[in-house]
Amino acid sequence: MLRYVGWRIAAMVPTLLIISALVFTIIELPPGDYFESYAAELRAQGEGVDMGQLEALRAEYGFDQPVVIRYFYWVAGMLQGDFGYSFEYQVPVSDVIGNRMWLTVLVSFVTIVFTWVIAFPIGMYSATHQYSWGDYGLTFLGLIGIAIPNFMLALILMYFANIWFGTSIGHLMDQRYLGEPMSWDKAKSIVEHLWIPVIIIGTAGTAGMIRRLRANLLDELQKQYVMTARAKGLHPFRTLVKYPLRMSLNFFVSDIGSILPAIISGAEITAIVLSLETTGPMLIKALRSQDMYLAGAFLMFLAFLTVIGVLISDLALAILDPRIRLQGGSTK
Amino acid sequence: MTPLPPPGAPLEHYVSAAPFDPMSVEAASAELKRVYQASQLRLMWWKFRQHRLAVASAVLLAAFYLMILICEFLAPYNLHTRNMDFIYSPPQRVRLFHEGQFVGPFVYGRTMTLDMETLKREYADDRTDIQRLRFFCRGDAYKFWDVIATDIHLVCPAEGGEMFLLGTDRLGRDVLSRIIYGARISLTIGLVGISVSFLLGIVIGGLAGYHGGVFDLIVQRIIEVIQSLPSIPLWMALAAIMPVTWSPLVIYFGITIILGLLDWTGLARAVRSKLLALREEDYVLAAQLMGANSSRIIGRHLIPGFMSHLIATATISIPGMILGETALSFLGLGLRPPITSWGILLTEARSVSVIAFYPWLLFPMVPVILVILAFNFLGDGLRDAADPYR
Repeated sequence: MLRYVGWRIAAMVPTLLIISALVFTIIELPPGDYFESYAAELRAQGEGVDMGQLEALRAEYGFDQPVVIRYFYWVAGMLQGDFGYSFEYQVPVSDVIGNRMWLTVLVSFVTIVFTWVIAFPIGMYSATHQYSWGDYGLTFLGLIGIAIPNFMLALILMYFANIWFGTSIGHLMDQRYLGEPMSWDKAKSIVEHLWIPVIIIGTAGTAGMIRRLRANLLDELQKQYVMTARAKGLHPFRTLVKYPLRMSLNFFVSDIGSILPAIISGAEITAIVLSLETTGPMLIKALRSQDMYLAGAFLMFLAFLTVIGVLISDLALAILDPRIRLQGGSTK
Repeated sequence: MTPLPPPGAPLEHYVSAAPFDPMSVEAASAELKRVYQASQLRLMWWKFRQHRLAVASAVLLAAFYLMILICEFLAPYNLHTRNMDFIYSPPQRVRLFHEGQFVGPFVYGRTMTLDMETLKREYADDRTDIQRLRFFCRGDAYKFWDVIATDIHLVCPAEGGEMFLLGTDRLGRDVLSRIIYGARISLTIGLVGISVSFLLGIVIGGLAGYHGGVFDLIVQRIIEVIQSLPSIPLWMALAAIMPVTWSPLVIYFGITIILGLLDWTGLARAVRSKLLALREEDYVLAAQLMGANSSRIIGRHLIPGFMSHLIATATISIPGMILGETALSFLGLGLRPPITSWGILLTEARSVSVIAFYPWLLFPMVPVILVILAFNFLGDGLRDAADPYR
């Protein structure tokens, strides 16, 4: 097991390297840099721009170095917890991001749990009642969840929640808790606001998961051991719970790898529409103003989140399923 | 039936007059013969036909794509026609009966009053003003496909009257017409995007599957990484790169390329795995023994074998692209006006107050949902039909 964990963590390194190269390329691609757009903005406001000062700033932040060297600086900085400097906010990136990252993690995590709680019983029902009306209806409902754009669903739910419950549900917490340290009341406020984004983001991933769980369970139900169990007189429910369900539980854990990117994508858009205090709204702002280190840190963080999520699901799978953890080792 | 001869007497020699066919026992029935002799395409069609929803979706999508060919003709107004007297006018109902009498399709005229307290425009039906709709009539002048100048529309309001079946937006533009025009961009962006990713997928996946070795390993790794990344933030980042100064058309192509750039991985994976599996088939060995070179084997024998799978995979990934475009445009990172797509139309409904006061601005969502559902069902049907021998 330890060997597997070690191997699995080592495999993350090249993945993260490729991701960092990709992210750096993306944030490097726009012509010009923050200083240019800053200078243009100043000029538009009718203020003079001191080119010498700009050049000095460029030199200070290393913008006069070749791209490759800047990349290595960037990666080395991140390894030490230094994500660079946000030009727009005039503070280190890590100060800007801070809490927002944890809230993103929180929203994503709760969404995954929500997806599981919804998808599991529905997938089970659909598989055991294949081609029934319930199966069709639930599948269709799931598809609708895929088809409605997340951001529209967010707007509509926001409107109806306002009418029915009278709560304003932009944001992730009551406005007075914004800058406050974590407290019991703040946590309560977050929980009260959390359910809307979770439902919205969850709809997209749930349908896919139901579909795959259903297909997986159907495959499993056709196997011979199920027939044997039925033939010897085991109760259908017990037959289902005893083996096929446990088998598809593995799949359930491993499927996180495929829904996590979708969930994080959805979370970003929903966050922008609902102006949640997560990474979404800030990411789009940073992208617009070419605040490259901030945007890069966000992209890197989101990618890192998925990679870690997949790692956790792989490890959980290895605990559940001995075949997987033994494959890496030499015992046979 | 002749009676048996008496015991002891020799049996009479009997010859059946019926023609003798030694294969009659083994010959298949006409029904089976039909199945066995059918070409692969025909088998696929039969299998596809069984998936009712997929067929219905195919018909719907065909109708949508036909629509974009003639949208100037179908739309009652032009894309940018503004009706300053009817700003934020709610949808009008097409009626057939006026006070119990059949009149034919018509709408009531509208009168607008400004509520001086809320400054909200209030529209009321004027029950005396019957405006009969005209068909195949002259309306806004336009250039059909930018070539033929004409002004024929399928349906237009009565002379001097107005007709807004889905309401108007903040500039008094007809929402229905804009949805019809928006289909042009929204529906083609998925197709162009999928061609980009199709090309990338086949070339990269094909090379990886055919050459194997280090290249395959690297490609595998890259595919894994790209698939594990959340696509929308990356799309956002790529879309933000495009400078504001670009012309809308260039931005359109930029967006399609961006959508395709991150989407080829699924196709490449399918191509690679299929290529690896099919390479070991006997018919490939036979072709090799007959002296076919590798490009002929790939082009003539391998690719036709999994083309159907590729098309099914591609169909399933189109909805993601359409949604991606909608989301990007909604966030203001994708297409920009004056280009009109469904995503652009939905940006009008960006705030809760719009939903509260002008809910008809949400209508562009309906075709989005329909098209995405249709592509999903069609993809399901195609995937089932892609392997008709199973």
